[in-house]
Amino acid sequence: MKKLVTLTVNGITHELAVEPRRTLLEVIREDLGLTGSKKGCGIGDCGACTMLVDGVATFSCLMLAIQADGCNVETVESLAENGKLNKLQRSFVDLGAIQCGYCTPGMLMTATELLRRNPHPSEKEIRRSLSGNLCRCTGYQKIVDAIKAVAGE
Amino acid sequence: MSKNNSYRILNTRLPRVDAIDKVTGKAIYTDDMSFPGMLHGAILHSPLAHAKILNIDTSRAERLPGVKAVVTYKEAGTRPYGVSPARYDETIFCHDKVRYTGDEIAAVAAVDKDTALEAVNLIKVDFEELPILLDGLHAMDEGQPQLHERYKNNICAKVNWHFGDIEQGRKDSHIIRTDHITSKMQDAAFLEPQSVVAEVDSHGNLTMWSSTQAPHYVQRTLAMALNMPLHKVRVIKPAVGGGFGPKASCSTVELATCLLALKTGKPVKTTFDREQVFLHSRARHQFFHTMTTGVKKDGTLSFLEHHCIMDGGAYSSFGIAAVYYAGSLLGGPYRLKNMKYDGYRVVTNKPACGAQRGHGAVIARATFEVQLDRIAEELGMDPIELRLKNVMEAGETTCNELYVSSFGMKEALEAVRDSAAWKKKRTLAGKTRGTGKGIGAACGFFVSGAGYPIYRSKTYHCTVVTKVDEVGGGVTVTSGAADIGQGSDTVLAMITAEELGLNLDDVKVVSGDSSLSVDLGAYSSRTTLMTGHACKDAARDIKRQILEVIGGKLNIPPEKLDLKDGKVVGINNDIDFSALREEYLQEHKGFTDLPDGPELTFREASRIAFLEIGSVVGTGSYRPPKLGGSFKGATVGTSPAFGCSAQVAEVSVDLETGEVTVDNITGAHDCGFAINRTQVEGQMQGSMMMGMGEALMEQIIYNDKGRIMNANLAEYKIPTSLDVPHLDAIIVESNEPHGPYGAKEVGEGAIMPVIPSILNAIYDATGVRIDELPVTPERIIEALKKKRENK
Repeated sequence: MKKLVTLTVNGITHELAVEPRRTLLEVIREDLGLTGSKKGCGIGDCGACTMLVDGVATFSCLMLAIQADGCNVETVESLAENGKLNKLQRSFVDLGAIQCGYCTPGMLMTATELLRRNPHPSEKEIRRSLSGNLCRCTGYQKIVDAIKAVAGE
Repeated sequence: MSKNNSYRILNTRLPRVDAIDKVTGKAIYTDDMSFPGMLHGAILHSPLAHAKILNIDTSRAERLPGVKAVVTYKEAGTRPYGVSPARYDETIFCHDKVRYTGDEIAAVAAVDKDTALEAVNLIKVDFEELPILLDGLHAMDEGQPQLHERYKNNICAKVNWHFGDIEQGRKDSHIIRTDHITSKMQDAAFLEPQSVVAEVDSHGNLTMWSSTQAPHYVQRTLAMALNMPLHKVRVIKPAVGGGFGPKASCSTVELATCLLALKTGKPVKTTFDREQVFLHSRARHQFFHTMTTGVKKDGTLSFLEHHCIMDGGAYSSFGIAAVYYAGSLLGGPYRLKNMKYDGYRVVTNKPACGAQRGHGAVIARATFEVQLDRIAEELGMDPIELRLKNVMEAGETTCNELYVSSFGMKEALEAVRDSAAWKKKRTLAGKTRGTGKGIGAACGFFVSGAGYPIYRSKTYHCTVVTKVDEVGGGVTVTSGAADIGQGSDTVLAMITAEELGLNLDDVKVVSGDSSLSVDLGAYSSRTTLMTGHACKDAARDIKRQILEVIGGKLNIPPEKLDLKDGKVVGINNDIDFSALREEYLQEHKGFTDLPDGPELTFREASRIAFLEIGSVVGTGSYRPPKLGGSFKGATVGTSPAFGCSAQVAEVSVDLETGEVTVDNITGAHDCGFAINRTQVEGQMQGSMMMGMGEALMEQIIYNDKGRIMNANLAEYKIPTSLDVPHLDAIIVESNEPHGPYGAKEVGEGAIMPVIPSILNAIYDATGVRIDELPVTPERIIEALKKKRENK
């Protein structure tokens, strides 16, 4: 039986009827068409699906959509405003923190939460906060550099 | 080192052309795609490692509401396919027997994913279990279960090479050592699981979008295995979330999804879950290397005798090339006159292995570089000095006939030695060995593009067609090249922009589509050198045509003109080009953004060229010259150029727990010329991390039934941001004469020294050598314990 949920995603409130077993990631990708968030494992190992739920970085593959009822959800699609990249995105682009790009949305959301909580994190704090987001391309170096560049401002 | 040349675009740190799409979530990967009426596919995998198939009953699955098609070998046929024509040993679905846990038996298309998965579970297969073979080291022994009739004693490929004279080398040697290293099967662990969407149009044209590395090879395999004309099959590669090798071979998920689309007439999407990525594998083999090396008193290498058994799992895949690479790439980077190689690739009841970054050469390199360290110790020589004594220089040819046209090996070694303060840290080695802090070095050597295609052919390896926008202004580069995250689209855009004097934003790259051009794909670190050549030629072709038109109109020899900074240069004050400008302005009445400067712009020149001659299209094609010797298997390992690299690793080892912390990695790679400096560093840093994982934590674990026990990214551990130290990447540029602008590879060569430099550092830290990878804490503790007991 489908259940009605209210999700505010990137500032827009949606009323959706969803099967209780479906994850937040599935509903956002498939029902809302926001495919920026990725599924790399489906069981909370890789972090590619990271979204902010009420401001908290969350593996959306481990959360049911009905658990997010009434929550405010932010995805990678929310970061640029009026087509303009924000500072963190700009830094990822300029410093080469991107290769295949599959981990990038999750990395950005984790880093967004970190910088809101702690605008000037140390390298150690950056690495600790990213430790739930796997990247197989970059060796993390340029991702850490990109976040550091924003944090140092 | 920083940029020191007159290029405007090349050799800079311009952002990747797909970067903005990737930070905004706009980049479309295959699983992001969806079509009206699209069905969802699911695949039935074998639960057993080795068994005869007695019967497959799909009737219950077919009756399930929502199921649109169920396919097995009966629908798919049993045409054999694979990677190399000499080893076509796979069929789309198993028909006589299954050969590994995960082998594909059937597929279903249904209205949604859940129905498809439910239907898969309703397929009943009767098996007769067969004895299982899991031990690669003993797969060739008499009496072992046999996997394929054609592979007697389970040997799927063997290579026996002898270059120079081993016996003479033996006689010349002062020290001779024999050492072994064994590794474990590994997974490439790209972040994006394989995903496929297939669709058939009303004319019977099949289009497949797939997370592939090699659209052209996959197109050929689809056409062959599905029995379709090649031109009716089109393969498109959307954004791909990493490949590292396994996505180069055509996979069952691609074939099965196409078959389901052909059968139902509807678009079908199938996406692997993470467990299926592990089951399908096609990643790193398990290697058992034994090497005997001799050196003269002064450290000069006199011979290498190399024996290797590779466990390749159930099918050949790219393993047929891997078994050659494991031997051939030890021909460099050191002068080695005498080399013998006996390589055996065996089949076992495990997922098939194929190519993974560095292909067959990575563990061979690790074994040899560790052995060099042991030899240096016996000689009482500094390990870097021993290497420097033996490194080749540009212009030399290896004993297996690989010609090295540029070679910054010495520069790379000296760069890491100096940057990591090796001399200072290493002088302590004798005193500090075994105290928990260690430093180690190693070198590497790799092809810059395979010299020959995987199927025997005179084909061009790549072509590029670049077209000037007919309205004037920009250009579009079209190519079959596959950007899988390594950044080849950016390389093509930068080359085109440099040649035509344009900004990167005025160059559009459309790539990864088999209908655009033949391009052998993203493997063997080939794209920058090969497709780079074709791209440069295409851009120059355009430039010539535009300048000929403009020169003709202005009565100036075209060779006196050039395109730079968005303008035609070489027109001085005496030359009146007002008629050309007038012509351009006349057709743009009402436009406000019009050229009015003292120079003729590219926008005007390109439009005028079109008005004069019609479409302005430039083409470029590349294939390497004939390469390599005449011995059997001489083609594998050949390349128009060779990259080389050096690395110093520093580690701390907790002598009580065996835990290894990598404190620093300093790597230098000779890429010939860095088209994009940021991307070169990115490839190096990614290689460092992947090698570090392989050295310390990555291993597929099987139970005694051949089932993978850690088919997920929690238990198959890859390095996280906390495991990886600061990665220092030093670019060495040796100006490769056969590369565009002097460029050659970096994608795979950079991983070569990583594993051995870490192993050598661990020895320095602990005083024990571990000859089984990965070097887990358990293995270190065990080795330390053994050492204490032997004292």
